[in-house]
Amino acid sequence: MELFESGWGLTLIVFLPLVGALVNMAIPKTNETAVKQWSLFVAVVTFALSLLLVVNFDYGAGDRFQFEMNETWISAIGANFHLGVDGISLPLLVLSTFVMVLAIIYSWDHWEEPHNPRGFLSLMLILATGMNGTFLALDLVLFFIFFEVVLLPMYFMIGIWGDKSKRRIPGFSKEVETRLYASIKFFLFTLFGSAFMLLGFLALYFKSGDFGPRTFDIPELIELGTSGAFSGTFAFLVFGAMFLGFAVKVPMWPFHTWLPDAHTAAPTVGSVLLAAILLKLGSYAFIRISIPILPQEAENWAPAIAVLSVIGIIYGSLACLAQTDMKRLIAFSSVGHMGFVMLGISTLTDVGINAAIIGMVAHGLITGLLFFLAGSMSHRYHTREMSRLGGNQKLMPVMGAILAFTAFASLGLPGLAGFWGEFMSLLGAYNPLESLRAEYLGLFRTAMVLGAIGTVLTAGYMLWMLQKVNLGEPGEEWVGHEFHDADRYELTAWVPLMVLIVVIGFYPNVVFGATTDAVVSLVNTAFGEGAATTAAVTDVLGS
Amino acid sequence: MTHLVLAVEAGAPELVSGGFFAQWAGIMLVAPFVAFLLIVFLGKRLKYLGAEFAIGAMALNLVWASILFVQNMSHGIFREENFEIASIGMFDGRALVFELGWVVDGLSIMMYFVVAFVGLLVFIYAVGYMHGDVRVTWFFASLSLFAGSMLILVGSPNLIQLIIGWEGVGLASYLLIGHYWEQKENSSAAMKAFYTNKVADVGLILGAILLGLAIGDFSFAAINEAAANHAEPLEAVAFAGGLLLFFGAMGKSAQFPLHIWLPDAMAGPTPVSALMHAATMVTAGIYLMARTFPVYQDLVGGEAARQWMVPIGVITLFAMGLLALVADDIKKVLAYSTVSQLGYMMTAVAAGGYTAGLFHLFTHAFFKALLFLGAGSVIHAVHSNNMSDMGGLRKEMPRTFWTFVIGSLSLAGIIPLAGFFSKDEILATLDHEGYQAFMWVAIAGAFVTAFYMTRAVALTFFGSYKGHGHPHESPALMTVPLVALAVPSVIAGFLNIPGVEFGGFGNFTTWVGARVVAMGDHHPEAIDWTLAAYGLTAGGLGILIGWLLYGKDAETQLARDRFEIPVLYPLLRQKYYMDHLALGMVGFTKGPAARAVDWVNTYVLDGIVNGVGGGVRLMGRFVYGGLDQRGIDMFFNGVSAGADSAGLALRRLQTGRVQQYAMGFVVGALVLVLAIAVFN
Repeated sequence: MELFESGWGLTLIVFLPLVGALVNMAIPKTNETAVKQWSLFVAVVTFALSLLLVVNFDYGAGDRFQFEMNETWISAIGANFHLGVDGISLPLLVLSTFVMVLAIIYSWDHWEEPHNPRGFLSLMLILATGMNGTFLALDLVLFFIFFEVVLLPMYFMIGIWGDKSKRRIPGFSKEVETRLYASIKFFLFTLFGSAFMLLGFLALYFKSGDFGPRTFDIPELIELGTSGAFSGTFAFLVFGAMFLGFAVKVPMWPFHTWLPDAHTAAPTVGSVLLAAILLKLGSYAFIRISIPILPQEAENWAPAIAVLSVIGIIYGSLACLAQTDMKRLIAFSSVGHMGFVMLGISTLTDVGINAAIIGMVAHGLITGLLFFLAGSMSHRYHTREMSRLGGNQKLMPVMGAILAFTAFASLGLPGLAGFWGEFMSLLGAYNPLESLRAEYLGLFRTAMVLGAIGTVLTAGYMLWMLQKVNLGEPGEEWVGHEFHDADRYELTAWVPLMVLIVVIGFYPNVVFGATTDAVVSLVNTAFGEGAATTAAVTDVLGS
Repeated sequence: MTHLVLAVEAGAPELVSGGFFAQWAGIMLVAPFVAFLLIVFLGKRLKYLGAEFAIGAMALNLVWASILFVQNMSHGIFREENFEIASIGMFDGRALVFELGWVVDGLSIMMYFVVAFVGLLVFIYAVGYMHGDVRVTWFFASLSLFAGSMLILVGSPNLIQLIIGWEGVGLASYLLIGHYWEQKENSSAAMKAFYTNKVADVGLILGAILLGLAIGDFSFAAINEAAANHAEPLEAVAFAGGLLLFFGAMGKSAQFPLHIWLPDAMAGPTPVSALMHAATMVTAGIYLMARTFPVYQDLVGGEAARQWMVPIGVITLFAMGLLALVADDIKKVLAYSTVSQLGYMMTAVAAGGYTAGLFHLFTHAFFKALLFLGAGSVIHAVHSNNMSDMGGLRKEMPRTFWTFVIGSLSLAGIIPLAGFFSKDEILATLDHEGYQAFMWVAIAGAFVTAFYMTRAVALTFFGSYKGHGHPHESPALMTVPLVALAVPSVIAGFLNIPGVEFGGFGNFTTWVGARVVAMGDHHPEAIDWTLAAYGLTAGGLGILIGWLLYGKDAETQLARDRFEIPVLYPLLRQKYYMDHLALGMVGFTKGPAARAVDWVNTYVLDGIVNGVGGGVRLMGRFVYGGLDQRGIDMFFNGVSAGADSAGLALRRLQTGRVQQYAMGFVVGALVLVLAIAVFN
């Protein structure tokens, strides 16, 4: 298709939402219907374009960047406008455009105070540009800009439309408005990481000058990196700097504390987008940037990443068990789930990285849906305290059933999407990259066992939440209340997610069809031909 | 020890690939799911609220499975259909894949048949039993979900699909145990079942990883073939992998100490207990051991693993049987009896008795389903689970009574009922494999079995009625399935009398032996009557003593229902304190452990974050003052002003400060980069 071959297709997917946001500003604020219809139209067209991309993508060459656009941009520093898609970014891009459509449909009838759909939808569209751009950028400066563009709209969403309650926070003398604390924490924490990330990018740029013209171009840097250009303390520090940036975004333990606050305080759609897409930017960056550009350092850092991931899995699950607020529980569950994603990445194997990608997609669908549900429920009950909820299955049977379905998907029920990411990351941890086995086989296998125990804890808090919220008799205070069950906007947004969760659960090749070649090639390029095909260590203890 | 070899090499009758019914056996696996969807979306509009679809799917399955069963008698069938669902990476130069599909061989055909036969009868029974229930439609939808998942499990050609079915039946179990989820004890029982199994599933999943990644293939055919060939990579993991799989089986098949969920699972409606928690679902663990039998039989590590498995089976069969002695709830009696019988099956398979374990699985499915449905019939009539509310029902409920007695005798192992033959084979296996001590425990267990069943029959059907109202015999919808289950409870044992083959049709041993890897366990030439006599004596004594205690002097039987033997009685009433242990562990996780993590999160990690934030704020004030003096404020103000015009809300959020931090970070980063660049 000419549109894509020329490279303009990807550009359109990135910038159409931004243009849409600008056009929104031209529509009178009072004409809400027009604003909504236009925003939905823009999101649907973007999604349709990404579907066209899916159709036109050459799956036989999933390991190459396709439909590239590479134009000189800021010639003074050699930054190019370089976009491209490969098998790794394709599923995440589609996830992003897809969830955006559902989020707009859902928001149709659900506006948090202070209302203002025009402002909210415009922020969402700007967010879409940032997210799509991050998944497609092949230039570090471009990547950095998109990565940061995401921050501002989310900051405003939380700060303006977020939770208006006040609460006591340790270390503050007065009560703090939740949305203020959460939004500032989110912004500064991420920015803190980003500063180091930028530092790493710039260091790579300057260093690349030793081997030719300085460059920010990701494929060129990969070529340099895999030929051993970056090494020693320099590479170690650069990896560390980028690690900080990405790890905050994922978030990995112990850089996660912005997450429960931001997710809980954000308006429903904000939480959904945060969980479904924003968290993936960090883990995607590990796969796209850290591993292929600095493969040796990836090997050095891998054990540490594995340890932090496993701590995240166990810690996140235990923290969930201590929550009383349903939305905060769901928020904390992301720490554990992203722990599995990062455990997969830390194995540096094709299986592990594949696990991470399908884990990201599944978490996007499932936790996105959970936040939709949490939002709709607190919209009706005006509380998220699980001790006050109960008997939801009786008051709202459809919503209750969907909540139960999603909770089981989230705890990794085999046959639903969430299972593969967890299972395969354990699979990867059993046999990490060959060069890690000599010293760290025991560590990775311990991580595997602890991760498996983590799945038990995950089941624990999800079942516990279901029992508290869904089952039993409704509390006294709800007697006589009329509750309207899931409405058509909600169902329109949720049913596609449920269908996808089942489809990927039974046919994960939907994702792997695109990713596997790319992932195998990535591992082989980074760690030497044949790295992806080495056989297992047969001895359990690896001695 | 007989080593296993590939069937063809052993000169076993050649396996045929079967015809149409084997090729399309997957339809059996899919039918219940189709029924599930039809029930959910259309069920409420139908006369029987959707039970039609569930029964229709099961009837189709029974016909299909029966045809396969008969075909498999004359020729061993082996056929596999596989569809790749995921290609996840490389292994040893080839693609590592996950597949779905179905396997048709002696073992799976037997399971298809049991699930369909018991399933169909239980579904029909449930139409009567659940009449007027609050959510009949959802009940049948969940039952269909269970049937589908169970068939996915037993029809699985590989470990991955088995795991899907395995947790699928766990989900169905959760839904059905918690059918009356308005009461907290029911939803807690459902949670306990799912959770205990989830703990065990850690073993299943890790075991699957160990075995599958040893050879780069998760299919049973490949794993079993590698085991039969003593493949070195598989041998290396056989001990750990074998024990891990067994740990998974301990959960589903309620082996001590992971049995704790099964008695609580009786909170579900009785048809659920009959189908899932007696006849089919709980045998999944036994099935898994049989499916991967060559791993345990042919590999040194696997054989070592079995030495740990046999004692667990023996503890389960004896200690759990004792618990049935002190239960008042008739379903609890049957539940502990089920745990105990699962112990027999596990002991048999672990001791090397592939056929013996499966044969007991087969006969037990009929008589235990019969007993549960009989108990349900009584409960339906007297509106109580407690035997202290029953008594003397043999006159009011003759059909229930007679079928219940048949089931009890079969369970007690009385000749010539089905239970006699299958239990005898287990004893013979233990004897032949050199586990004489355990064989005597199993014989003692047979005494306990006969005793508690006699007690249950006496308290329920003899003596005088102690409940309220006037109990009546259940409707035909419920009694016909009882009769239909009583028939195989009597005659199923004849299918595997040692030395007896039905012309060219072989017997149960050859039918379930039709596998890729021939099952070379020990088959006696004829019944060992000495052993049979021990077993029969134990059973007969149990009945006799039970009858003397509870049957005679019917009016005062309740008074003697409490031998409060010191130590033993409290120990049994408290179920060996295993529940306390489990609750303590869960309580620790949910209580101190979770609270500690929450505390760390709030006061340590967030404390650092807030502290750093506060510190930066102070620094910001200082720097601001400093920068202000030097006139750079213009730059910052410019940035702030630009942002201000972007939205009014910004001002409320102390915009300027955020921007300052941002700029501070960027400037700092640039300085550091320059430093690195310079020093490099």
